[in-house]
Amino acid sequence: MTPMLAIFRRELAAYFATPVAVVFIVIFLVMAGTLTFTLGSFFSRGTADLTPFFSFVPWLFLFLVPAITMRLWAEERRLGTIELLLTLPVAQWQAVLGKFLAAWAFCAIALALTFPLVLTVNFLGSPDNGVILSGYLGCLLVAGAYLAVGAAMSALTRNQVIAFVLAVAVCFLFAAAGSPIVTEFLSQRVPVLADIARGASLTDRLGGFSRGVIGLRDVVFFSAFIGFWLFVNGVAVDHRKAD
Amino acid sequence: MERLIEIERLTKRFGGFTAVDDVSFTVARGEVLGFLGPNGAGKSTTMRMLAGFMAPSAGTARICGHDVQADSVAARRALGFLPEGAPTYPEMTVEGFLGFCAAVRGFKGADRRRVVAEAMAMTALEDVRLQPVETLSKGFKRRVGLAQALLHDPQVLVLDEPTDGLDPNQKHDVRRLIELLAPKKAIVISTHILEEVGAICTRAVVIARGRIVADEPASVLASRGAALDQVFRDLTLGEPVA
Repeated sequence: MTPMLAIFRRELAAYFATPVAVVFIVIFLVMAGTLTFTLGSFFSRGTADLTPFFSFVPWLFLFLVPAITMRLWAEERRLGTIELLLTLPVAQWQAVLGKFLAAWAFCAIALALTFPLVLTVNFLGSPDNGVILSGYLGCLLVAGAYLAVGAAMSALTRNQVIAFVLAVAVCFLFAAAGSPIVTEFLSQRVPVLADIARGASLTDRLGGFSRGVIGLRDVVFFSAFIGFWLFVNGVAVDHRKAD
Repeated sequence: MERLIEIERLTKRFGGFTAVDDVSFTVARGEVLGFLGPNGAGKSTTMRMLAGFMAPSAGTARICGHDVQADSVAARRALGFLPEGAPTYPEMTVEGFLGFCAAVRGFKGADRRRVVAEAMAMTALEDVRLQPVETLSKGFKRRVGLAQALLHDPQVLVLDEPTDGLDPNQKHDVRRLIELLAPKKAIVISTHILEEVGAICTRAVVIARGRIVADEPASVLASRGAALDQVFRDLTLGEPVA
């Protein structure tokens, strides 16, 4: 556990040692706020809840999370530090998990900084804070899912741009799978696939959380999803670490 | 003699190209082995396999009796490795970087501060300890890599071109440091600077096109011809030694 913790700390500190942290957090907060108050018509809805906010977060994360993960392994490979990291006495899963958890903690910090929204709804009305908490949990799980995908894509290439584009594409696939356009199209043509698409959709799963329902099946789905992509990450690092 | 590094029939193929071909040698405590060869001869590939970074296509290696494949983490614990080019995280300070390496190696609190301070003292890095690595000159960066390899006082040191990019004074310092460490450790250094062999190595292994072409005490290698670079050329270009 010690090596993993050391890697976790180093990675998390690295975000704040570079402008990455400030740029990411500022852009995320500005966009989350703007979208919630304009497109989400926060005030005119007349309901004290954060439903509009939770519906925008996964789409924001779709572009912002791959921006964090693109450097995760690609940069190590470019600098040659991957050779240093993997010849220290760490098991490979410790390096994979340490990096992933640091990125996840960073996303959690960014999400936590949206707390003024929570204060605002509490000031304006009396929302169900349990529902809000479960919505945040859902957002965190979506971030984790995107991060796991992005980290795996970063391990596949030494080019950060390719890592970013691949991560956005794969994440979009899972984000859009549950959208009405896709499911209607599929249910008219190949009904079998429509169910699968809905089942694999991350945004569909988030819907439950933002209504305050923490379903065991959804939690298991996210854990399995993250676990699978971390496994892909490990395999990719193992096979391509030297080139 | 206690054999701390054992390399057995190590082979690495990349597609149809054989980078390292059936290489075997051992290094005992107290020995400093100079690993020589032209660029692309397979020096770095051999060292990477020894450090557990690359998996061999055939054969194996052991560090202090730990197989680098089957018992990889234990082998790496006993090893101090300086990768080619001495890579470091550019945004970290010297002290922060060494502290990270020490933390990964399981040092905590006061122990960690002590090993980092000792490593910085050995490699004369105290004056730059709070500077980010990216602001340092090439020589300092190399020494940061060296400090990282030394900080846990390993039994085995594998250094890939430790003096590359250093000025003559710094080269002298690194050689003094290696001499100082030599009696208690098994050390492998790769280089293509031939004067280094005479200066610090007890034994020389010459590799060309992935195969070992000479393995003998440094003094014997030097006595093969009039000049060491002539001997090196003859050996690595595949012509018979006069």
